[in-house]
Amino acid sequence: MALTLTGCDQQPQQPAVTGGSPVATPGEIVVGQYGSLTGSEATFGQTTDEGVRLAVEERNATGGIKGRKIKLVTYDDRSNAQEAGTVVTRLITQDKAVAILGEVASTRSIAGGRVAQQYGVPMVSPSSTNPTVTDIGDMIFRVCFIDPFQGTVMAKFSHENLKLTKVAVLYDKGQAYSTGLSNYFQQAFKEMGGTITAVETYKGGDPDFSAQLTTIRNSGAEAIYIPGYYNEVASIALQARKLGIPNSVPLMGGDGWESPKLAEIAGEAVEGCYFSNHYAPEDERAEVKEFIAKYKAKYNGVTPGALAASGYDAANILFDAMGRAPSLSGADLAKALAETKNFKAVTGLITINKSRNADKSAVVLQMKGGTPVYVATVEPPKK
Amino acid sequence: MADSPTTTARPIASIRARTLQLTPPRWVAFCRGAAPIVIGVALAVLLQFYANRWFGGYREKILIDIGINIILAVSLNIVNGYTGQFSIGHAGFMAVGAYTAGFIMYYGSFWLFGDTQFHGGILSATTDPRGLHGPGFSGGDLLFPAALIAGGLVAALFGFIVGLPSLRLRGDYLAIVTLGFGEIVRVVIETTGTVLAGDEIGGQPWYRLLNRVGGPMGFGGLPIYASSFWVWVCVAATVLAAYRIKASTMGRAFLAVRENEIAAASLGVPITRYKVRAFVIAAFFAGVAGGLFAHEIGNMLNAGELGFLKSFDIIIMVVLGGMGSISGAVVAAIVLTILPEALRSVSEFRMIAYALLLIVMMIARPQGLLGIHEMWDLPYFRRRRTGGKTA
Repeated sequence: MALTLTGCDQQPQQPAVTGGSPVATPGEIVVGQYGSLTGSEATFGQTTDEGVRLAVEERNATGGIKGRKIKLVTYDDRSNAQEAGTVVTRLITQDKAVAILGEVASTRSIAGGRVAQQYGVPMVSPSSTNPTVTDIGDMIFRVCFIDPFQGTVMAKFSHENLKLTKVAVLYDKGQAYSTGLSNYFQQAFKEMGGTITAVETYKGGDPDFSAQLTTIRNSGAEAIYIPGYYNEVASIALQARKLGIPNSVPLMGGDGWESPKLAEIAGEAVEGCYFSNHYAPEDERAEVKEFIAKYKAKYNGVTPGALAASGYDAANILFDAMGRAPSLSGADLAKALAETKNFKAVTGLITINKSRNADKSAVVLQMKGGTPVYVATVEPPKK
Repeated sequence: MADSPTTTARPIASIRARTLQLTPPRWVAFCRGAAPIVIGVALAVLLQFYANRWFGGYREKILIDIGINIILAVSLNIVNGYTGQFSIGHAGFMAVGAYTAGFIMYYGSFWLFGDTQFHGGILSATTDPRGLHGPGFSGGDLLFPAALIAGGLVAALFGFIVGLPSLRLRGDYLAIVTLGFGEIVRVVIETTGTVLAGDEIGGQPWYRLLNRVGGPMGFGGLPIYASSFWVWVCVAATVLAAYRIKASTMGRAFLAVRENEIAAASLGVPITRYKVRAFVIAAFFAGVAGGLFAHEIGNMLNAGELGFLKSFDIIIMVVLGGMGSISGAVVAAIVLTILPEALRSVSEFRMIAYALLLIVMMIARPQGLLGIHEMWDLPYFRRRRTGGKTA
């Protein structure tokens, strides 16, 4: 009787002892990923998935985590929030994933994140920028900057680098992303002593912007901030030039501009324009060069976009935390993730802050000859 | 039953006596009427406490999805199946119910309990391995059904407003109007402002908060109340109501409208009135389903997903199950919810396989799984009910 009791007492301590030593443990570590592989935002999920798969392959080639290989289980949520919740439940309860990677769109990150939080499994979102995502709880992390920061990036850049004082704003009032960036930009720009000469709105799908652009032209703005998506931005740029707003008045925007389609449609009209993004493929840092080379080798020479880089970073930060965590339980893993400091990621030096968001720099790109070219890096505010 | 050939010859008094004799005592009739509700609630309680233990969290979540889809399919069946109207705006009513219930649960929780968190007891608790749910019974357990019913009523009101002028239309024209309604609901919701956090709500008049339901970003932060219990109680209520309606005078009128409007009108059936009724009843249950959908675990209410594609998902269930068949709609809702999940192993080809199955199904059985029949009308069940003799 006494023997069996002591035997039972010792058992819980055993995993902690073996977990600390680099003894190879049989069995794979299951990491779950969910994303929009099909549906309206299929490209988001697919490119992120490419980055994540690259990171997993690399990690497994170098011995995995403490000798255990990583098994990536990916499910498609068809760009649908209800399904995102279902697949995260499946990843956790059926596949026994120890951590979850996903999603790009904030609504689906919230849907899946609430499930992960309830089951106490850490989740790392590669590129959901809406501030509310990580408010869900202590299990939800992200490796990208949030909208308030991205809004201030352009304000800082236009004020300090371009020395502008008068800027007009034109945003999509039907998009939370666009409205958010516009608000944060205006706030920051005014605080720096600049003037917002005009604030105009449009709605996704509008064909004509001449009324708004005429007002902006007459307001004497030195630049126009348009935090929209590339398709509308392209037609706005074309119409602006037609209305006689010269290329010396640059248009500025956020990561919604990132698409080869922008230069394809707008051509000369967006020449010399600036936008903020998560990373620049032209960045000279070793991590970026190495990542691009590996990515091109694996995916037929395609240059990775910001979403692929974010997916790669999210996976690597998670694996790094797994390597440091004393065990793979949700609490230990979340603690290790929260302690991530100055991680040399492709998208910049990443430190996870108290609200489980990433403190990281943003880059500003300029359109030159139809391709975005790296201009500057804007650091996060030091608090 | 009674030997009827001679009834016409019998005096009325004799018929009345015979009817009285056949009518069961009041308490038996009451028990018979109440039985489905009692069984339904008992099943819901059973699922609430054991579904997670028996099936695990994933399957419990799918069961909840199935429940919500059953409510949607069975309610749409009242319009598209019984009455033969072609409504493709069901998701619009669902959205109205979802946002109404969400508004009540989010802001109502703040006014009643002081914050916007979960305040339910054991009946509203969803899968929760860490046991965060409250004990026994608490205020949220009353607020949630009230919010569901309110969501249903507001959706029904919208059904009435939309139905009154547009149900004088037929066929394609009506379909376009309902499609337009669904899109209007979605667009209006998407123009609203962001949801206020707890500390910002205090002091705001309620009507100003109506504009604070999330817009394009979705209504985040809704407490999770849609437990197996509430979902399956609502399923039981919907199926029972649909069954009773089908067997009633109203149901007969619906079917008459479907079969031939002119014949029905000449028999004295007010066509527009019955169409509006069907519409209002269906909208009510769609609103209830929306309320459950909004408070489901692992979901984030956003109007973008309640567009016409969602309406088509529901229509597919009704058509596949068989227009007018309640049990058909139930079976189709179950099959079409499980199928995409079961096909996950073939990942990329999943939606192709799903679509192929639908095409094959429609070629093989264009009238749907059960046609206009009910499962209990099938020969197998019929024989058992009448004790071996087919009627």
